[in-house]
Amino acid sequence: MSSNTRTIEVELSTTGLDAQGRPQRVPLVTGDGRDDVNVAPPLSIEPELSAEHMLINLGPQHPATHGVLRLVLELDGETVVRCVPHIGYLHCGFEKIGEYRQYNQIIPWTDREDYLNSIGNNVAFALGAERLWGIDITERCTVLRVIASELSRVISHLVWLGTTCIDIGAFTPFLWAFQERENVYNLLEAWVGARLTTSATRVGGMAADIPAGWMDGLRNFLRTFPSTIDEVDRMLTKNAIWVGRTVGLGIMTPDEAINWGLSGPMLRASGVAYDVRRDFPYLDYETYDFDVPVGTNGDVYDRYLVRLEELRQSVRILQQASARLRDGPVNVDDPRVILPPKSKATSEMESMIHHFKQVMEGPRPPIGESYVAVESPKGEKGYYMVSDGTSKPVRWRIRPPSFLNLAAIPKMVEGHLLSDVIAINASIDIVMGEIDR
Amino acid sequence: MTGRFEIVAAGSAVTDSPAPATPKNVSHLGGLPNPSAAALAGRFPGAVERVVVIWGETVVFVKPAAVFEAMQWLRDDPAQQYDFLSDVTAVEYRDFEQPIEVVWHLRSLPYRRFLRVKAQLPKKGPLEIASVWPLWKSADWLERECYDMFGIRFTGHPDLRRILMWEQYREGYPLRKDFPLRGRFSRAEQLRQALAQNPETRYSMEELSVADAFEDLPADMRKRLGTGERTGE
Repeated sequence: MSSNTRTIEVELSTTGLDAQGRPQRVPLVTGDGRDDVNVAPPLSIEPELSAEHMLINLGPQHPATHGVLRLVLELDGETVVRCVPHIGYLHCGFEKIGEYRQYNQIIPWTDREDYLNSIGNNVAFALGAERLWGIDITERCTVLRVIASELSRVISHLVWLGTTCIDIGAFTPFLWAFQERENVYNLLEAWVGARLTTSATRVGGMAADIPAGWMDGLRNFLRTFPSTIDEVDRMLTKNAIWVGRTVGLGIMTPDEAINWGLSGPMLRASGVAYDVRRDFPYLDYETYDFDVPVGTNGDVYDRYLVRLEELRQSVRILQQASARLRDGPVNVDDPRVILPPKSKATSEMESMIHHFKQVMEGPRPPIGESYVAVESPKGEKGYYMVSDGTSKPVRWRIRPPSFLNLAAIPKMVEGHLLSDVIAINASIDIVMGEIDR
Repeated sequence: MTGRFEIVAAGSAVTDSPAPATPKNVSHLGGLPNPSAAALAGRFPGAVERVVVIWGETVVFVKPAAVFEAMQWLRDDPAQQYDFLSDVTAVEYRDFEQPIEVVWHLRSLPYRRFLRVKAQLPKKGPLEIASVWPLWKSADWLERECYDMFGIRFTGHPDLRRILMWEQYREGYPLRKDFPLRGRFSRAEQLRQALAQNPETRYSMEELSVADAFEDLPADMRKRLGTGERTGE
């Protein structure tokens, strides 16, 4: 083993006992050449056949492509020589539709692009729209939005964990992850009435305050959830099969990762400590105490470690947020964006007119533009909005993190085996709804 | 073979300064400009048209011809280090007289700065601008999307073809303001064209050039590939 070799202590998933009653450990043996993570597999494993390249389609209906992604792979035997991704099968023109909708009417569309992070998208869009008006949201709303963002991060990472396990061949962690995901969805359902398409925020506040007793449910979840993370950790992190299928795959160096525009866990796994929550903070994230996990090798295994640690950090943030939630108004007291209460709208003429104009014409921001980026589970998610003073944006641009993360896949899969393409693709954590929009 | 990777900590150039707090009570046009804007205007006096601060975000308007040089300087100058290209997009205003704007969102991870660079392309002239792909590989798909949606040609991009719409798409550029929400063609025509597509059986010329089945291609395709055509059909 050379000096730049990483050693991972591997346990068999079914441990035996030695003579002293201790669990037997097996040394790191993960296949020929695999223990040296910096060595790519040989380009040509069957030289006599190398002249004959094969072009195959992976997707767009393949279950392991996580949606309708089509990869055209040029294969030399089983080794990928080149990869050309094709996207756009799910293109719905969200940005075009947004130009014909009022700001609050766009929020349901944000649910549907990255549908694993729907409530996080709602928060991001509302923050961007509020900057167009120059609105500062209330203290309680800030904390509620932090809770919403972190819960959606938990959901998204759990789905990533489960589906990646399925792709690589482990079934049990999938069930654990999806069971916990159900608990989070139950919380969201109790809060906003919807599980997947939440549409939880409004410009200047939230659609609803949390119901009575909701925080008890959240604290209960925070008490039980870490044991599930630990269980997955015990199951996978030192599992010889898991390590063998993930270490040394799809390596991106720090410089490459920055240059290719990767963000989120993909970038941090490569060793770049860039987290929007810490470096360009929003929602008072700078006052929370949390760590930004960073990998060293930038391979699939490090991306798994980073995401697993982010789950733990999300629990920490949620605990702090639930401790600092105070009573108070959720919506800002700003008649430009907030509707008058229904009781007033039906009894006072001015409030009725106000209500009517707000609903029919929509709130009008001043001329200007804003770009607000948040740390979504996939990376830097930005909403760029341009207003010309009317109630509908001139331009609503989504900066999709998965789009840029996926753009690097031709670089990541080159020289790897076809079965490793599945693992690398899974590690990117793509949501095609967000890529195609 | 590379050695072990070193952790590149974002904000490493300013580690002694605290994390920037969320700006609050920012005024509409009165925020503090990003110091990089003045530095850029000092380095390229003729290239920077104006600097605007909107809601605390600095916007630098750069002459289209000088975009590449300005971006290269912003990326490479040790006092700027805009190493992360967040986004490339374009804006077309409802007022037909206003030029189309190409927008770049840049981040400097070491200095924790954010800068928006804009170039205005008049609609009368050709919608062409230099690609920043040689500087940031992340521009690859972003510029392709911008071309796909607005028809802006990024000169110097190695593979500028449609990305979200299929390559044989004939209706134009969807995010342009003269493109109706329902599409240019009638519903019946759109349906007919969509059903006539079979995208899974289509490969771009780029892919076909590597296929072993090159000999099986129709003669006209082989001819076009032979003349160096790489994009579209």
